[in-house]
Amino acid sequence: MAIPEWLRRLREPGVDAEKDAALWAKCPSCGEMLYRKDLEANLSVCTKCTYHFRMHAYDRINMLVDGDFVEIGTEMLPGDPLGWVDKRPYPAKLESDRKKSNLSEAVVTGFATLDGFPVALGVMDFNFRGGTMGTVVGERIAHLLEEAHRRRLPCIVFTASGGARMEEGMLALMQMAKTTLAVERFMADGNLYMTVLTDPTTGGVSASFAFQSDIIMAESHASIGFAGRRVIEQTLRQKLPDNFQTAEFLLEKGAIDMVVPRHELRETIVRVLDYAVDRKRTMPALKAVPEFAT
Amino acid sequence: MNVIVEREKGPLTELGDRIETLRARGMGGSSELEILEEKYRALLSDLFGHLTPWERVNMARHPKRPTASDYLAAFDRFDELHGDRHFRDDPALIGGFAKLRGRRIVFLAQQRGRDTKENIRRNFGMVSPEGYRKAKRLMELASRFGLPIVTLVDTSGADPGIASEEHAQSEAIAACLAALAKVNVPVVATIIGEGGSGGALAIALADTVIMAENSVYSVASPEGCAAILWGDSARASEAADRLKLTSDDLAGFGIVDRIVAEPLGGAHRDAPGFIASVLDTIDAELRALEHRPPVELRDARYRKFRRIGAWETQSREHATAALP
Repeated sequence: MAIPEWLRRLREPGVDAEKDAALWAKCPSCGEMLYRKDLEANLSVCTKCTYHFRMHAYDRINMLVDGDFVEIGTEMLPGDPLGWVDKRPYPAKLESDRKKSNLSEAVVTGFATLDGFPVALGVMDFNFRGGTMGTVVGERIAHLLEEAHRRRLPCIVFTASGGARMEEGMLALMQMAKTTLAVERFMADGNLYMTVLTDPTTGGVSASFAFQSDIIMAESHASIGFAGRRVIEQTLRQKLPDNFQTAEFLLEKGAIDMVVPRHELRETIVRVLDYAVDRKRTMPALKAVPEFAT
Repeated sequence: MNVIVEREKGPLTELGDRIETLRARGMGGSSELEILEEKYRALLSDLFGHLTPWERVNMARHPKRPTASDYLAAFDRFDELHGDRHFRDDPALIGGFAKLRGRRIVFLAQQRGRDTKENIRRNFGMVSPEGYRKAKRLMELASRFGLPIVTLVDTSGADPGIASEEHAQSEAIAACLAALAKVNVPVVATIIGEGGSGGALAIALADTVIMAENSVYSVASPEGCAAILWGDSARASEAADRLKLTSDDLAGFGIVDRIVAEPLGGAHRDAPGFIASVLDTIDAELRALEHRPPVELRDARYRKFRRIGAWETQSREHATAALP
């Protein structure tokens, strides 16, 4: 039997602890130590207990798309409209999030094909300001829906968000209205809008474009709700059941269409596209996307 | 503890009582009374002439501040419609047919209680999913019959309870917003007290947004914001400074279209007068909107919210280069 790579490495002399830590991840659910390469190969799902680790937006895009992904909206970058300072100034927080996440904002938007279906795709990332929605997130989502609308492409958005971004105040809250209007216009014209709620989807994102779609999927075990768990516990002064606000809980309560494990996400989305979308109509549309090579 | 209520105690109340006593004795117009009244006005101006954002939050939460039902009393007529047709009638959100200044409308508002008992029944104006579903139903009704929608916003936020989560609070708010996005009739929303986050916005995605001078409209409660930022909800007043939640701030951002000035010391010092000026403003705004064709209305609504926000732009090359 071949020695697994992680075991071979363990036996190597001179592997320092710090380097080693970067190679390992501890499952927050079952405590299992997971070798990062194995974890990544398993789509960041714990090989022992199937806990779904949060995914980087670009990893998720790679997991989904056939080949190319043409990103749009990158020219929009967050400003500091309120001149916000708490423990640190908002621009400094943005700068460290940029470094930490390699992202320019909490959502990545663009065009791609999924099993040949051209789609507009938005993917939020919790690593950037907790996935909170500031002006740029709202603007990029609205822009994506408008661009998809123009080309009559289906639009799929993966949500992951702590809610509206406090550091942009009411301008952030107003993005709920902006995205709602864009979703409404897009859907009213007969276009398919699908959302996939990933861990965590809460607050202003949850109460706007996450729950306005034709089809709402949720990734297994994802935490989804309006009010944060802590807020509810503090208000009621009681502990909540473990499964409260999980994807599975929402499915039972009738709030979402389906719960899908990450491994089956791509094929499930493709099946829905196959039911709802006329390939003959959308294929030529993608050709209208500039820079799209395929 | 409400800082405005505290400030009203002591000298101001004493002075007010003395004026009342003199009036009761039929001494109206006497020089003694005039001097006292002059002192009273000066004291009011001293105490309430310049309010900080946190003081305005307290003004917006003042127990004597007029609530939706006080406004309704000044309407020509109101016939309440109840229920979400699925589960329950939510007393935190009231709605129905109404006549305002001779105009037929559909009315929607969050309703706080006047006392503890009513507050418990009305859940302190915190709306549950059933309330938002009732609102959505009435919005669609208004759109079908061409009746303008008038809403009054007064809530610390949507209800954060277990049952609300079980009944999909997020979906209820999202659906309410979507309904307002597509109605074919004018929508005028007025923030009369507290505009608490998404739970307030759910009935305020409007063609015209009016704000009472001392009301507040915020992405998060100052207490909640302080708890997140510094782990200390007692620093709410600092958070209120930062959140830019006052009517002036929001008019500056283009989020609020009209501000209705309040009497010195707050709306509750002359409730009937203040309510009349709010209703006059709503009436004027409806008149400006009512003859616009539905398509034009919806387009204008789209553009209004599409514009809100501030960001920076970078050339595409530069932006791409900054990414891996």
